[in-house]
Amino acid sequence: MTTITNNREEALIIKEQDVVPLRNRVKEYGVKIGMSILNQTKLITATSELVRNLLKYGGGGKVIIESVSNGRDNGVRVTFIDNGPGIADITLAMKDGYSTGKSLGLGLPGTKRLVNEFDIKSELGNGTTVTITKWKNG
Amino acid sequence: MQNNLLSGLKEHENKLLTIWSQILQETGGGDGAMEEEESKEFASLFTSALAKSDVSYENSEEFEKVEDLIVGIASSRGKRGFSPRENAQYLISFKQAASQILSEIIKNPSEFYDASLKLNEILDNMTIMTFEAYMKGREDIISRQVDEISEISTPVITVWDGIVALPIIGTLDSSRTQIVMENLLQQIVDTGSSIAILDISGVPAVDSLVAQHLIKTVSATRLMGAECIISGIRPEIAQTVVHLGIDLTGILTKASLASALRTAFDMLQLQVVKRKVIG
Ligand SMILES: Nc1ncnc2c1ncn2[C@@H]1O[C@H](COP(=O)(O)OP(=O)(O)O)[C@@H](O)[C@H]1O
Ligand SMILES: [Mg+2]
Repeated sequence: MTTITNNREEALIIKEQDVVPLRNRVKEYGVKIGMSILNQTKLITATSELVRNLLKYGGGGKVIIESVSNGRDNGVRVTFIDNGPGIADITLAMKDGYSTGKSLGLGLPGTKRLVNEFDIKSELGNGTTVTITKWKNG
Repeated sequence: MQNNLLSGLKEHENKLLTIWSQILQETGGGDGAMEEEESKEFASLFTSALAKSDVSYENSEEFEKVEDLIVGIASSRGKRGFSPRENAQYLISFKQAASQILSEIIKNPSEFYDASLKLNEILDNMTIMTFEAYMKGREDIISRQVDEISEISTPVITVWDGIVALPIIGTLDSSRTQIVMENLLQQIVDTGSSIAILDISGVPAVDSLVAQHLIKTVSATRLMGAECIISGIRPEIAQTVVHLGIDLTGILTKASLASALRTAFDMLQLQVVKRKVIG
């Protein structure tokens, strides 16, 4: 199943003040393809989690927003790229309640439950890339 | 030598003012009476300083006064809504006017050159200072607005004897949560309330950070001996929170402010009844 990108943009995220504008941009992508309020809310909440991780643990980075389609459905794909310390044990980081930052430890596992596709790649010392896709009818 | 050359401007102060205000009007950088006063004071202080200072302009006390004045003017112009261009134009016009007069009163070309150079140096330096002051004036406005926004965005309302409500609008980041929490706890103490309602109808998304902040606020309220109800949880927010895996079971939540109020009345053993119409 191939997906094609119809529209794409990048945003640099370096400070907490960048979170809300990014969330609003992602929301606009959802609105444009007619996503329901529920799916929009799931998408921006997932975005919020991952962008906070990118800032808090990755020391900032780049976010790519894409409007995608796979022939049957349209969706929004968001990719979070940082060059931070990376994650030593992804399986552990994906566990509910695991946090090295004294927070709830629900960002990664919760995000996975909120979206349709979730992909995480991380290399110690080289940073982390998380890609999520939320389909309009997903 | 140069001092003497520039000191000649004092005698032509009135003419200088006339030419200056003409240029200002032509370039559109003027705003009437307020400016006339400022310009008059500046021209007078500046030419006096030139006439008095006999050692070096930069360090003289007279010039410090001139600099204070122009910084004050620039900052006030910034607050009065002048554009950066109009602000820079102010001293540039003055320089043009002063140069014109110098060219009339100094006939020797090499002396005129020296005098112009010195005048440029002094006024360019002041232009930079005015630019900084202008920016500072605008930044003051921004930071005041930020303060005002964080104040108006966290109003604590006494809805009933013993019940306070706090509608939260916008994103709850760490710094805002701090303000919200402090305001709420202070109001609970000040009003002796035993129930606090935190309404999140205006919060666009509840992620795990916002949830953690809400949970903390509820715990702090309870530590003060009051009960806290969270209201305004829209259906999409409720579902998202559940998927995220956030446990709000220990927290009293209500869909609307109205139902939170009803619960609060119940807890205080109050009853709202419809009045019987007699007759
Ligand atoms: N971009 C990242 N770079 C490095 N480590 C990360 C990154 N994102 C998440 N982590 C690690 O994974 C853990 C779990 O993340 P998460 O589920 O969002 O919970 P929390 O943010 O509450 O800690 C974090 O505590 C952190 O150790
Ligand atoms: Mg997180």
